[in-house]
Parts: sequence; C-alpha cells; structure tokens
Amino acid sequence: MSKENPTALERFIWGIIPENPIFRQVLGTCPALAVSTDIKAALTMTCATAFVLICANTIISLIRHLLKPHLRIVVFVLTIASFVTIVDYLLAAFYYSMSLQLGPYVPLIIVNCIIICRCEVCASKQSVGVAISDAIGQSLGFGLALVSMASFREILGSGTWCGFRIMPDSWPNWVLMLLPPGAFFVFGFLIGAVNWFTSLKKNKSS
Amino acid sequence: MIHVSPSPHYPGKSRTSSMMMRDVLIALIPCVLMAVYVFRSHAVFQIAVCVASCLASEAIFSLMRGKKIPLRDGSAAVTGVILALSLPWSAPWYVGVIGSFVAIGIGKIIYGGLGQNVFNPAMVGRAFVMINFPVALGASAYVSSGTGIHIITQATPLTAAKLTAQVSGLWPLFLGTCNGSLGEVSALACLIGGLYLCFRRTASWEIPAGIFLSVIILGGVANMVSIHKQITVLHHLFSGALFFGAFFIATDPVTSPLTPLGKWIFGIGLGFFIMMIRLFSGYPEGVMFAVLLMNGCVPIINRYTIPVPVGGPVPEKKVS
Repeated sequence: MSKENPTALERFIWGIIPENPIFRQVLGTCPALAVSTDIKAALTMTCATAFVLICANTIISLIRHLLKPHLRIVVFVLTIASFVTIVDYLLAAFYYSMSLQLGPYVPLIIVNCIIICRCEVCASKQSVGVAISDAIGQSLGFGLALVSMASFREILGSGTWCGFRIMPDSWPNWVLMLLPPGAFFVFGFLIGAVNWFTSLKKNKSS
Repeated sequence: MIHVSPSPHYPGKSRTSSMMMRDVLIALIPCVLMAVYVFRSHAVFQIAVCVASCLASEAIFSLMRGKKIPLRDGSAAVTGVILALSLPWSAPWYVGVIGSFVAIGIGKIIYGGLGQNVFNPAMVGRAFVMINFPVALGASAYVSSGTGIHIITQATPLTAAKLTAQVSGLWPLFLGTCNGSLGEVSALACLIGGLYLCFRRTASWEIPAGIFLSVIILGGVANMVSIHKQITVLHHLFSGALFFGAFFIATDPVTSPLTPLGKWIFGIGLGFFIMMIRLFSGYPEGVMFAVLLMNGCVPIINRYTIPVPVGGPVPEKKVS
C-alpha cells in the first residue's frame, strides 16, 4: 500500500477496510468513542464527516499547486473549518434534537485527524477525481466503523437497534456499554477482531 | 552431604501456584459455609454459577490464545469463588456468568494469563457487572421479604448506616447474622480463613495489617470529628467486605507488591481509599474500587521499594 500515486479505485477500496480510518489507522477515535452510543447519532456523525471530508478534499485538491509547504496545515484547517460551520448550522436548523445530542462533537470535526490526514496524504498531491473517490472511501470506512461500534453498544446497552426493539423485554440493559468504558471495550474488541481476520487472510494467502 | 544449588533455597513444594490456590480454597471454606448457612440455596447457586463459568471461560480464552488449558492450577476456581462471594444473593444468573467471563477474559487472559494480570481478576469482573447492572447489584438487590430468610429483610449494615443512620449490633456483624454480599457477612469466618492463609504464608500478613491499621486510624479520626458519630471503629472493621477483602482479595500475590515495605504501603493505601469511599462517596462500600485503585499503583510501589541487598546498595552502572 505504499505506491507513489494510487489510482482512484485503489484509494476508494483502501479506505473501506485495508486502511480503515478507525480500525487500521486509529484516527478520529474521539467521535468514534463519543457518539457511537446509538445508530442514529453514528449515522448523522458519519454524514457530517463525509460532507466535510469530500468538500475539503475537493477544494484542497483544486488548490494543491498554490499551497506553500509551511502554510499548508493552516489552509487545511481553515478549509475544513468553513465546511464544518456549514454542517453545524445545517444540523442546528433542520435536525435540532440531534444537534443537541451531538453537542460539541460536530464542531470538533475541525480537528478530526482523518480529514487533515486525507488532505495531507491524498488531496494535496493528487487530482480532484482521486481525491473525491478517496474521500468517499474513507467516509464509508469511517461510517462502517461507527455503525458497527454503535450496533454493539446500542443492542447491548438499550436492547434496540436504530430505535427498534430487537431484544426481548427481559433483556437487562448493559449500562456500561452506554458509558465511556463500554466504548473502549467495544473499540478494543473490534480492533482485535479486524486484526484477527486480516491475520487469517495473510496466513491463507502465504 | 552439602547440597549446592542456586537460590531459592526452599525445600518444600508448597510454593507452586496450584498449592497456593489450594490453600486459598481451603481458607475460603469457612466463608462458603457461613454463606450457605445464611443464604441457603441462593449461595450454593451463586457459587456454582460463578465457578462453572470461570472454568469455562478460562478454557475458552486459553484455547483462543492457542495455549493448553491451565485449569489444573485452580486459579480460575479461586477467582470464581471470590467473585461469587462478593455478589449479592439475589444476583440473576447472567450477572455471575458475565462477571466470570470479564474476570477471566478481560481481567486475566488478555494480559497473558496467570501472573501477568495488573488488576485482581475477580474485582475486574465485579466492577464490570456492578456498573453494568446497577439495579441487580445496588443496595436494593440485597433486600427482599418474600424468601423466608429473616436476615435479608433488612438493608445491609453499611447502607443502613449511610442512609438512615441506623447501626446494627457488633455481635451480628462479627458472627455474620446480618445482610450483605455472600462472603462478607461473617467477619469471624473471614478471620479464621485469613489467619490460616497468613500462617501458611500464602498471604502476606503485612497487607491485612496495613489495611486494618489505616482503617482503625481513619475510622477513629472520622468518629472523633463525628462524620458518622454512631459508627465506631469496630463497626468499620466488622461491617462490609473489609475482612474478606483484606484477607482474600488484597493479598492476591499477583496483584500486590513484592517487597515488605511495599506491602505495608499497599495495605495502608487500600485502607485509606476504603475509608474515603465509605465516608465521602455515594457508595456504601469501597473495597472493590480501593483494590482496583491500589492494584494500579503496584508497579510504581515495587519500583520505589526495592530493598537494599546484603552488602550495600548496588553501584549504578556508568553510562558511557
């Protein structure tokens, strides 16, 4: 995965599992741990992040020849911040309850390492098409990670999935799963599971 | 006939971990008997569930790591009994099962198995289920009037003292005819088992001594400045899981310091945290959290209490 200029398709596929931002690069763990208590919050967070990531990657890729090396991080952060502000106000205008629930984590997308990392690694070096497909792939990977964590936490913690009751009524809610320690437990186990699967694949192919 | 060998010069075989675990199981007999006497079938059920699921999870997690199953050293059984004895009688079956799996899996095997764990496995399991199922393990779980057992119609002594300032008599607390978690009701049974452990040198006497010392001092101070006027030092000593925790949980050789001075520091720190939680927090009892807190300090205690070897301190290596 250390090719000089990967194609758009490669960028797209890498983002989902082989270079999954959460499970493989362990970036952006703050939203992953904080807003994965239920599916709806996780999906909203994924959409917000995806919007910011795609827009920021596009803009950065378009202006990549104008970037000065010592100023590039500032330009990244300013670009990201403008789109995050858009998302923040959109959410507050059209989905106020979720905006309240997500609280400070939407503005915190500004400092989400995934987006800065993608701007640095991909968008500031490659063309717009590659940058957009990279952003979509990474967003899907981010969404996959968030939804899988939220599934565990919501099913165990409140017996529901996306608001629908799927566990029997006698299900004892695992309160711990809704608290921060539960997030770390689930996160650790999922990283372990992903590593286990990749090691199985490696053993088979070799 | 001079036998020359490198240290340790210990002739017997009683220091293997399976022998130590057998000692702990023997020492737990009085507590188990007392629990069965007080809580009848509830205690038998709880212990059976916890031991069985501890053994099962030890087998499963060891298989997952590709190691042979170390059931014969008995450490999983000890964890199971201690976990069961620290639960309330009314805990549903899944509490014991989940607690055991977390205790063995997350508390022990993930760190690398027996001898590698940082935190006491039984307390990790109990902390997990306690935060996870606050209803099944909170103060209300201990009280019920429909079972025909007289003792469990009252709140546990520490809860009663905390909420309604009622104090139970010292003799019921000492003998064990009062409500509580399965193993903690009788200070006498814990004392018998604990003294056996200390005389067998399976448990280090410094740790319980340190705990009692700091609980006596802090309890006395608290009583004098009347934070809880009606609870005397003896109430603090005999109620709750103090004896059980001091003799069976804190003395776990894996998660306690190695040096004599370190053991004193460990015990005194434990007593300090127990008293702080009992006096100032929302929880009536703090042995579990105190043990986990002090377990985390063990590596640093070990590092700062390395004893000076015979012949003076080891000269520092020159870094060239």
